[in-house]
Amino acid sequence: MFRFIVRRLLQMVLTFIGATLLVYALMFSNQGSPARVIQSLVGERPVTPAQVQALTERYHLNEGFWVQYGYYMKGLLHLDFGTSLTGRPIGDMIAQAWPVTIRLAVIGVLFAVLFGVTAGVVAGIRRSGIFDNATLILTLLLISIPTIVLAPVAQFFFGIKLGWFPPTAGGDPTWWALVLPGLVLGSLSLATYSRLTRTSVAENLRADYVRTAKAKGLPPRRVIGVHVLRNSLIPVVTYIGIDIGGLMSGAIITEGVFNIPGVGFNLFRGIRTEDGPLVVGFVSLLVIVFLVANLIVDIMYAVLDPRIRYE
Amino acid sequence: MSNLESIAAAETPAANPAPTGPPGGAKTDKPRSLAGDAWRDLRRNPIFWVASALVLLVVVMALVPQVFTPADPASCALSRQYAPPSGRAWFGYDFQGCDLFARTVYGARASIQVGVFAMLLAGAIALVVGLSSGYFGGWVDNILSRFTDIVLGIPILLAAIVLGKRLAGDRQGTGIWTVVIVLGVLGWTTASRVMRSSVISAKNQDYVAAARMLGAGHGRIMFRHILPNALAPFVVVMTIALGGFISVEATLSFLGIGLKAPAISWGIDISSSTVRVRENATPLIAPSAFLAMTVLAFIMLGDAIRDAFDPKLR
Repeated sequence: MFRFIVRRLLQMVLTFIGATLLVYALMFSNQGSPARVIQSLVGERPVTPAQVQALTERYHLNEGFWVQYGYYMKGLLHLDFGTSLTGRPIGDMIAQAWPVTIRLAVIGVLFAVLFGVTAGVVAGIRRSGIFDNATLILTLLLISIPTIVLAPVAQFFFGIKLGWFPPTAGGDPTWWALVLPGLVLGSLSLATYSRLTRTSVAENLRADYVRTAKAKGLPPRRVIGVHVLRNSLIPVVTYIGIDIGGLMSGAIITEGVFNIPGVGFNLFRGIRTEDGPLVVGFVSLLVIVFLVANLIVDIMYAVLDPRIRYE
Repeated sequence: MSNLESIAAAETPAANPAPTGPPGGAKTDKPRSLAGDAWRDLRRNPIFWVASALVLLVVVMALVPQVFTPADPASCALSRQYAPPSGRAWFGYDFQGCDLFARTVYGARASIQVGVFAMLLAGAIALVVGLSSGYFGGWVDNILSRFTDIVLGIPILLAAIVLGKRLAGDRQGTGIWTVVIVLGVLGWTTASRVMRSSVISAKNQDYVAAARMLGAGHGRIMFRHILPNALAPFVVVMTIALGGFISVEATLSFLGIGLKAPAISWGIDISSSTVRVRENATPLIAPSAFLAMTVLAFIMLGDAIRDAFDPKLR
């Protein structure tokens, strides 16, 4: 187990360096012309020479690429994500925004797990039944509807037309105001969880140990509830971690549409107002969160499934 | 959005209720190929026909939008703002007084163009990376796989936001090509992994050993023997990815990084009508429905093809 964790950590360091390098290169590789980088940082607004000077200094644009990357890396390791064009430290904005996004994600994941896993288990047990086919069609629909469609349409129908939920959250959102956005955010996960659960339950039902359990006379409730479920849920549990990447991408749209002051909303606004430093800072943070989530998932996988760690 | 593809690829196929009965009218004793078998299955699958019809409809819309509407989507007049649907304009007019139906129909072009070209670019990268990584193995595979891991370590929308922003800042134009490059350069990872694993399983087959013994070179073995036998899962993933690319394009345009205002795109229209949804919801519903339908069509098509090609079901 220890060796597995060490090996995985080393891999993680490599991926971390690679991923941050890639993100940085996408934004800052300048082929010897800092002016172009600055233009993409500030967007279409005009820049004064003083601002050019300040941005050049802040991002060390006159240095070589690797030196710049070194400074960027140093900043990330000190959890310093720079300041936005409006002068606010991005670290402060993140600290303010996180709690809201986490609440939203909790609602989304709870909803997805509750309904997705249940539907998946039932569909997996009664394969090819009516419920199974209905689940397949419904999940296909959910997977196909992009968040930019689902969020505004749900806001219109459930928030404005029917008035069941508050259409926007605003300043300091209550849990109630986050319910509808949470459902929107969790819907894609719901579909993927239920499909994963269904496949893995259906596969495990055919396994030898299930036959053994049945043969020795265990009641079906115990065979399904203990033997099948415990093994089927391993891939689902680990997928929840990987899914955080999808949740964060979805949160950009969902928080933007529902006006929720979370991480995604900040990024959304940063893109709309063409605030380059803000976008780079938030994207870096989200990429790190995604990588760490993946690491935790892998370790969790090894804990849950001994076959992984002894390979 | 990227998890959409990965889940579709990782998941074993959905149940196919249609039983594979005895061969229809077996005229000859000639054994059918895998592709022939798959095609026979596909023909019986209603989902395949529904998806194909939808895809065909959207493609025709993209190629010759004039067939569907005589109106010019760019001719707008504020005097017609939010005019209700009529025989001339089926969906009525939007906030700017543009014909909503015309804008929705013409919006298909950007989506299909971006989706298809991004798929070609991503497919080419995935083909080269996956094929060489699977075929050569060893250090080539190690380096390419680590690189794939790194690209996969960044959610596609986040990377697309950064790259799209950068390309837009470079004033290289914010036309479809920027979006195509962004999606193609970032969206090849899942397909490449699928390609790699199917190449590895095809590589160890007897016919490859036979070809090698007959003195065939790497190129011939790769392209004549391994590739055709490893192509099916790749095609499935690419079809589903096409739906994903269309969805990401709309999302980027919605955010204001993809296509920009004079261009006609569902993402742009959704974005501009969302803020005015309280006044009139039709300008939101029309492009939303078309976008969701297009993505659904490609994903359904990929699903159907996968069901047909997966030998586990037979």
